[in-house]
Amino acid sequence: MTALAPKPSGLQLTKGRKKMKDVFSSPWASFAAIVIAIVWTVPTFGLLVTSFRPKSDIVTSGWWTFFSDPNVTSENYQSVFLQGNAVTPPLSQYIFNSFAITIPAAVFPLTIAVFAAYALAWFEFKGRDFIFFTIFALQVIPLQLTLIPLLQLFARGQIAGVQVLPDMEITGSYIPIWIAHTIFGLPLAIFLLHNFLRQIPRELVEAARVDGAGWFMLFRKIIFPLSLPAIASFAIFQFLWVWNDLLVGLTFGGGVREIAPLTVRLAEMVGTRGSGWEVLTAGAFVSMIVPLIVFFALQKYFVRGLLAGSVKG
Amino acid sequence: MLSSFLTNRATGWEIIAPNLTITIFGLLTFAAVIFLMFVIGERSNVKAQEWIKYLVFLAPALVLLTIGLIYPAIRTLILSFMDARSETFIGLDNYVWAFTRPEILIVLRNTVIWTLAVPIFSTSIGLAIAYFTDRMKRGAWVKSLIFMPMAISFVGASIIWRFVYQYEPNLKKEDIGLMSAIAKALGVEDPPNWLLEAPTNTFLLIAVMVWIQTGFAMVVLGAAMKNIPDEIVEASMLDGASQWRRFSQITVPMIRATIVVVVTTVLIGTLKVFDIVRTMTGGNFQTNVIANEMFNQAFQQRNFGTGSALAILLFIGVIPIVIYNIRQLRRERTER
Repeated sequence: MTALAPKPSGLQLTKGRKKMKDVFSSPWASFAAIVIAIVWTVPTFGLLVTSFRPKSDIVTSGWWTFFSDPNVTSENYQSVFLQGNAVTPPLSQYIFNSFAITIPAAVFPLTIAVFAAYALAWFEFKGRDFIFFTIFALQVIPLQLTLIPLLQLFARGQIAGVQVLPDMEITGSYIPIWIAHTIFGLPLAIFLLHNFLRQIPRELVEAARVDGAGWFMLFRKIIFPLSLPAIASFAIFQFLWVWNDLLVGLTFGGGVREIAPLTVRLAEMVGTRGSGWEVLTAGAFVSMIVPLIVFFALQKYFVRGLLAGSVKG
Repeated sequence: MLSSFLTNRATGWEIIAPNLTITIFGLLTFAAVIFLMFVIGERSNVKAQEWIKYLVFLAPALVLLTIGLIYPAIRTLILSFMDARSETFIGLDNYVWAFTRPEILIVLRNTVIWTLAVPIFSTSIGLAIAYFTDRMKRGAWVKSLIFMPMAISFVGASIIWRFVYQYEPNLKKEDIGLMSAIAKALGVEDPPNWLLEAPTNTFLLIAVMVWIQTGFAMVVLGAAMKNIPDEIVEASMLDGASQWRRFSQITVPMIRATIVVVVTTVLIGTLKVFDIVRTMTGGNFQTNVIANEMFNQAFQQRNFGTGSALAILLFIGVIPIVIYNIRQLRRERTER
């Protein structure tokens, strides 16, 4: 993160950069960038256009013909939103589920991670580096490696065949999904927040300690308020990751429709109605709208979080 | 129409109400526990705080990581040496199975292709765009558009691209898939059913992942390029270095460390890719990868032995990266 802070540059340098911009920006490079951007956007744009076309048009002509013969309907959205029954609920039900899964699954890991990051950054104890390196290494553990034992633990409360927890009958509720997302989000969250918390000036922390602030008050009064920007960055990350996740929702949801998130329902719709494009395009767009709003509104924080994890000077 | 609408709403609400209750209850319980811990923590004396602080701040994360990641990983390793129902020890049979069954060999081959192709393509395209837009006027919206797929779920992306690859068997009918329409416009008379033809279909699925990851590579590499001191670029300009020379001899070497980070991050993400294959082809037509086959074995065939063995193979793929990353981190820390 330090490497990212803009270098203090004098007036002259700034001027130089501006001048260079004119010399450097080759029209060919800009042209190529614009072409790539268009190619990258066309598939999504096609989906959006299709979702507003009547079914009869969708199956008989390409979406690009829409512009010569515009024919708009909101029927597809109405049908995915409202039509349904107890067996196949409408998408509005799944939107609710996605929120009910995502909000706690972002709040829980962030809180626990900022606690752990605080401990690892500011408590002096033996084995601190070992724990930190282990957590860092855990970041890359494939989710798949943990699925079977973790599911058995949730289903029966057993670790290696030994009963450690009472049978809580939480399968089929949001709880296993929340816990799973919390666990899987922790390593990266702790790592990023730790890097951030370590940069809080030592004098500030020591001054507070001298003034008689205990470890809890120190966290509440100084560490937490100062780490809010980093927390915000990671919150967006975790939110998008959980909202867009399929594997955890599919496995830890236990195949129960009442609690399944949008992604699970969409994947199922592709399986059963693989070419029902009027519902698939509208459904896909419904699932994308929340992350896209978050993304465009908070892009700056999202990018900041991304860079904290990966740029090395 | 109206009555059916109302009954739908009723069933919807009947499902939502208990779910809403449990969500609010979950969040409130969590908040109450945190609040209580802080009250106890702040009220206790200095000496007690010295150990309470570990209990409150460090222990929850360590317990969760131990139960949720470390224990399951070890357990999966053990299960991979046992039979389908985890009852008898069968040695390396599950691994022998993985390396001898022809359909699993295809799965392994595909995973290798994915982990090579996705990092190479997304990093190089991302690098090119980052360089093109580095000093471009109004480059921000170009970057935004290329970055956008990062916000879309793999499932959503798969639907977008299935629509692009949509095949029309009746040659007399108009194409609704963009790919076939473009192929016909270019003179291909009878475009194939894209997702069915191996080995092209694997690359068409890879394209979806590249489409998503390029934005990530572009943003991270672009930020690294901004850190290259202007003086160096200016000096090369005065020397009359060509665009290409400046790119290959200054930009790339200066941001080498970041390129490595991007490649490894994309590689790890690609190893785990599951949603795209599952949604686009279901792993059929020779497009399967380890992550998806692991799910099939464990949760559809109910074979925990072979499922675990495949998960371990995935993990073996990331071990070199773990070691490399820890070394890098160690070096950075000692440098400080």
